[in-house]
Formats: sequence, C-alpha cells, structure tokens
Amino acid sequence: MTRDAALQFAEHTPAPRGGRATWLGIWTLTRREMVRFVRQRSRFAGALAQPVMFWVLFGAGLHGSFKAPDWALGEMSYQEYFFPGIAVLILMFTAIFSSISIIEDRHEGFLQGVLVSPLPRWGLVIGKLLGGTLLALMQAALFLLIGQAMAAAGLAPAMSTDLSILNITLLLVFMAVVAFSLTGLGFIMAWKLDSVQGFHAVMSVVLMPMWLVSGAFFPAGETGFLAWVIRSNPLTYGVAGLRRLMYSGESPLPVSGALPSLGVCLAATFLFAALTLTGSVLVSRQTVSSKSPRSASKRK
Amino acid sequence: MTQPPAITVESLSHCYGERVALDDVSCEFARGSICGVLGPNGSGKTTLFSILSSLVPTQSGQVTALGFDLRRHATEYRQQISVTFQAPALDRRLTVQENLLHQGHLYGLSGRVLAERSGELLEQFRVADRTGDIVDTLSGGLKRRVELAKCLLHDPQLLLLDEPSNGLDPGARHDLWQCLEELRAERGTTIVVATHLMEEAERCDALVLLDAGKVVASGSPSELRNEIPGETISIIASQPETLQQRIRESLQVDVRRTGELLRIQQEDCQTLLHELVDRFSGDFKTISLGKATLEDVFLARTGHRLAGDEQ
Repeated sequence: MTRDAALQFAEHTPAPRGGRATWLGIWTLTRREMVRFVRQRSRFAGALAQPVMFWVLFGAGLHGSFKAPDWALGEMSYQEYFFPGIAVLILMFTAIFSSISIIEDRHEGFLQGVLVSPLPRWGLVIGKLLGGTLLALMQAALFLLIGQAMAAAGLAPAMSTDLSILNITLLLVFMAVVAFSLTGLGFIMAWKLDSVQGFHAVMSVVLMPMWLVSGAFFPAGETGFLAWVIRSNPLTYGVAGLRRLMYSGESPLPVSGALPSLGVCLAATFLFAALTLTGSVLVSRQTVSSKSPRSASKRK
Repeated sequence: MTQPPAITVESLSHCYGERVALDDVSCEFARGSICGVLGPNGSGKTTLFSILSSLVPTQSGQVTALGFDLRRHATEYRQQISVTFQAPALDRRLTVQENLLHQGHLYGLSGRVLAERSGELLEQFRVADRTGDIVDTLSGGLKRRVELAKCLLHDPQLLLLDEPSNGLDPGARHDLWQCLEELRAERGTTIVVATHLMEEAERCDALVLLDAGKVVASGSPSELRNEIPGETISIIASQPETLQQRIRESLQVDVRRTGELLRIQQEDCQTLLHELVDRFSGDFKTISLGKATLEDVFLARTGHRLAGDEQ
C-alpha cells in the first residue's frame, strides 16, 4: 500500500497507545479474576476449607508417630511442623484453580477476545498471574490467621512461631512470590491443555507430588534419593522460606542441609518465579485459536 | 481519488502441517462495505478469518489491512479492529456492564469517556435495561447485541464477524443484520462476515467464494448471479431419486439432486415447468421457478454444493 493510501486511514487513528493503556488492561484482567472468584463461592471452600481440614485431621492423626526433625527448636508438634506446608498447599490450590480458568476462557471465547485486543501477550500473562497471586495470597494469609487463632484458643497445639509486624510483612511478600510462580506454572500447563479434565490429571501427577516432596508434609532426610528429590524441588525452598520467616525473631531455626538458609530460599524462589513468568510469556505467544472447539471442528 | 480497499490479500497461502488450508488466495475488501467470505466448512474461511483477525500469523503472501502490514504492525492494527467469534466472547459470569468495562480497559478507555460510550451503545442496541444482569441470564440474541456493543466501544474501523448468525433464531438474525447495515451507513465501518449461509451472503455488498482453500469467484451477489444465464426449477419431492430418474428419461433434461431437492437449470424454463406440472403433479410437494441463486453459482464453479454433495 502506498504512503498516500495509509494516510487516508490515519484520519480515524486514535492517539498512540501508551504504557498506561497496557497497565489498564493488566489491571482489568486482574480485577476480573477477583470478581469471578467472589461469584464462585465453591472455589473458596475448595481452596481454603479443605487444607484447614487437612491440617486439623492429619495434625491430630499423625501427631503420635511424628518425630520432630533435628533442626526443630525443642518440642514441635506435627501440626506446628505442618503449618507452613498447609499455607503453601493453599497457595498452590488457589493459584492452580485460577490457571484452570484459562481453559474455560478459551472455550467460552473470552480468551480470543483478549488475544485480538491490543494488549500485548506479556500483559495478558501478568494480568492473569497477578489475579491468581492476589487470590492465593489472601487465602493463605487468612489461614495463617485462623491457625494462630486456633492455637491461641487451644483448638490446636500451641506453636512457638514468632509473628511480628515485620515478619508478617516479609511473609506476605514471600508468599506472593511463591503464589506468582505457582500461578505461572499452572498457566504454562493450562495454555497447552484443552480440557479441564486433562488439567486435573496433570495436577494429580505433577503438582500434588511436587507439594508432597517439598518438606511440607514430612521432613527431608539428610541423605538418600528422596533427599535429592526434595532438594531439587523448587517448592522445597518456598516451604522452607516460609518456615524460616515464621521463626526469624529472637530464636531463628538453625541451618541444616534439610532446611536451607533464608538466602537460598529467597534466591531459589525468585528464580523459580522468573522462570515460570518467562515460560508463561513464551507459551502465550503460541497460537491457540486452533484449539477452540468450534473452529477446530469446522476445519475438519 | 478513489478510496483504497480496507483489506488487500495477495497470494496468501497457509498450511497446517501437510494440509493446505489456503492456497494462493488474493482478494480485496472495499472500505465501508459489508463483505462476505462464503464457503462450506473446510473451505479455509476460518483460517482466512483468523489471519485477518491477527490471531494466526501470515505464513506466506501479504495482507494489508487499514493500511497496516499485518506481519509488522499487528498491535496498531488490533487497536482499529473488532472481532466477534462464533461463540460470544463475553464473560458469562459477569454483568453486561462489567463486560463492557473490561473491554474498554483492554482498549485503553476508562472513566467518563468509557461510561458515556458504553451507555450510548447499550442504548443503541436496546440492552440498556439489562446492564446489571449477569450475561448467562440473557438469551442468545441479547448476548449477540451485547457483544456488538462491546465490540464497538473503541469505534473500530473494521469489524470481523465469524458466522454471526450462529445460534440465533430468525428474529435475532434479522435484528443483527439491521444493526450491521446501520453501522455501515452511519459510521462507514467496513464489515467482513465469514459465513456458509446463502441468506447472509445475499445481504453482503461483495462476496468472495472460497472452496478448498482457493478463491472460486468474487463480486457482488447480483454480479455473481448474473454469471449464470437462464432460470432454475426447484422441486421438492418425497421420492426424489425415482422422480429424478423419471424426469431424465421422459424429458431428456439434466436434473441434479441434493437430499429431497431436485434442480433443473436452462435458458428458458417456462415450457418445461408446464410440462413437469402436467406429467408429474402427484410426485412433488412443491415446484418453483426462479433466477439462479448464489448456490447455483457455487455449484457451477466448484461442481458441488455449499452444504452436502450433489448427486
């Protein structure tokens, strides 16, 4: 097309799109995640009530057979050990469930609507991931509050955790990064999958085991193959980081091979978040239109 | 000076692995017109539509739309267009108002400008009384109207619609087309419709007929129809196969059959019509005489019908 021809179209052209428009798009996608969550109360029950039940029931059931790890300070009940693990489980469940909405969005056509909008793909990813992160963070924080309240009220064994204002702030930031990385992981998988059932399958063979061998459910040994699996699992550093931040007051937990230092936890968790974000942006550049059930069937 | 076309497609080819979906397609869509891409399922129109909506990148060939080369300026192009897919791209758990709000934000609109614009459009599409309703509670026709309102928020120059009548009852279809015609008349919006329905194709200003990934014909519906001289007799029969055989044997004319429909095409059908009525009046349900339709054009160009195979 000639320059003249292009100029003829320019008369309609609105002002060039700036960074503000992109952030407005990101904010709107984040906000949509929140509103959708509030409208689906069952998600709340699944993501918060189930882990709380796990905590109470497993805590009571396994209390007798639990041997506190070497790094524990004095007496540590199973419920106290399990406490940060459950917080990470909540982060995982919520983060993952908000990734599933990618599949629903695609089937309902909403995703295509966003893909043909001027919002860049990285904006779509950030919007989606921030939504999942905020939801996960709110619920995990609520759990920490409920757990502390139950322990204080005598409904759960007493815990020697030390939660000052500074600790709580650090905990929230750290949990946000863990949630962001898990939502990113969910995003990468959901983008590739075409059905919610497929996602559930992936969840039970990849995500749940990942959580089980993160030191959330049982302490890692110092040696043996399981110790290596646990050490190479990025979530291990999420659980350990959370655990450390809960005790970092006057009597921090001692450093051992099975419980990495806070620095290592922070580095590993931020790296994991950066990797899943990069992965999400890369997969989001792949075409998804052919996965739309209607257009796919039409092309046969 | 004549206006440049809104879209120019030159030698566009597209493959999915081994399968060729578009094979050297070239066509133009005039600015400010309603253009139809007509073809049966599998003709490549969905692929062409996906490329025009910038969902699928161009593999080979050149697409220039609204002055933008789609390979290089997809983002700027997206700001100027709106796309509706077969399934309404609405969030069914949100209200009508919320859907419009999110759409506006995606296109960089906010605050009073967005509120005013969405108010106007909801009014125009007669859904202003449903703004607070959850989309899931609306009928198919209302959803389409909300979607159109949503699509027009940023005043696009080009509107792409994939099978827009999908899932709509006749009343809602009529409504939709009225909206589209108003839009073209009042705003000069270029509208491209991908369809396999004759009825929709007839309402377009210009058509591109696609079959097996190739352009088989293009022009206005009347130009295309005029390509086929003469008239067509259509017969709906309860035993079409037997009747087809009998007409062929007794009148020596070419009779084509699709399902229960028989068609005879020739220069002057008046005498033949009388003869058919005299001889076979008890064998058909209806018989009609008319000029060639787009279906006939498609048949003449490809040797098969838009839907179903000719026998």
